[in-house]
Amino acid sequence: MGVVKGEYFKAYSMIIFVCVGMVGCVPQSSSLYYWGGYERLIYTMYKQPGSADAVTQIQVLTADIQRAAGTGKPVAPGVYAHLGMMYASQGDVDKAVNALNMEKQLYPESTVMIDGMIGRVKKRITGAANE
Amino acid sequence: MSRLVLINVRQALRGMKSNHITILFVSIFLHGCVTQIPYDYSALLASQPRSILVIPPRNNTVEVDAEYTFLSTISRPLAEKGYYVFPVSVVDFLFKENGLQTSEEMNSVPLDKLDQVLAPDAVLYITIDDWGQKYQLISSTSVVNARMKLVDVKTGDILWAAKAYAERSSGDGGGGLSGALAAAIVEQVLGSINDQTPELSRVANTRVINNANSGLLNGPYRPAD
Repeated sequence: MGVVKGEYFKAYSMIIFVCVGMVGCVPQSSSLYYWGGYERLIYTMYKQPGSADAVTQIQVLTADIQRAAGTGKPVAPGVYAHLGMMYASQGDVDKAVNALNMEKQLYPESTVMIDGMIGRVKKRITGAANE
Repeated sequence: MSRLVLINVRQALRGMKSNHITILFVSIFLHGCVTQIPYDYSALLASQPRSILVIPPRNNTVEVDAEYTFLSTISRPLAEKGYYVFPVSVVDFLFKENGLQTSEEMNSVPLDKLDQVLAPDAVLYITIDDWGQKYQLISSTSVVNARMKLVDVKTGDILWAAKAYAERSSGDGGGGLSGALAAAIVEQVLGSINDQTPELSRVANTRVINNANSGLLNGPYRPAD
């Protein structure tokens, strides 16, 4: 009887062992970034463009950037670039350039894109002002 | 991991020859875990991309919203996997600014041009094959189905390819989808009963990118698991 019990014990510990091992198979990871309303904004600007004008988008994104600071997590890739694009659409060169530079500073992979954008924003807006 | 389990199963077989039920039980558990055909990551490992440019998807369906709904659910899982993801609507805007109005046109921009203007390490091409709500006799099903292909911008080599798929039937209760993601869907359904595709698309992308056997490998911003 004792032997049988021992076998059951072995069997159950084996099952427990396997189950514990299985945990490694499930992808579990904590979030790297604070996302806020960024992706929802992308959805809305295409689906209901009327409810996501530049002013609204700037409000959402700047609020998210402040909230991100509170969580200690970095702002997600793309947020500052998107914000820069919105400032540029309003003709606010300084704020556009600042936001675009923040994207580049946080994510150097964006350098070529950001430098191109800054160049075009300055050229378009200051060029238009000189006309 | 799988080798370790195999060794333990072997030990178990030796130690518990009489206990077939236990072995069967363990085998059933293992089934979902052990990889049958390992995904070939050699091209991805050789390329080691840091950044991913997502091209607005080709849309093979009649659902006009599919493209941008999909686009609003792809940045997060890719970035959380550790890659720099180019801002999808900024990129879309840049394409349009350059006279490319449709995703078909955007998908035909040569890699060297993308490299020159945006300099991503890798480019993600997406084709949407099925999208939205299908009405059947007594129920309806929402489907999201898209093929994706990650390409090295310098060589054009395919680094990773996968199919993002998710569906949900009315009255399903989220049972067809796993754990925490199902909870997210239920939440979404309570909020907006009409269009389930944003959450389905999010689930499909998150699952395919994080698949334990064939998902994308971690990028530089995600420390090794």
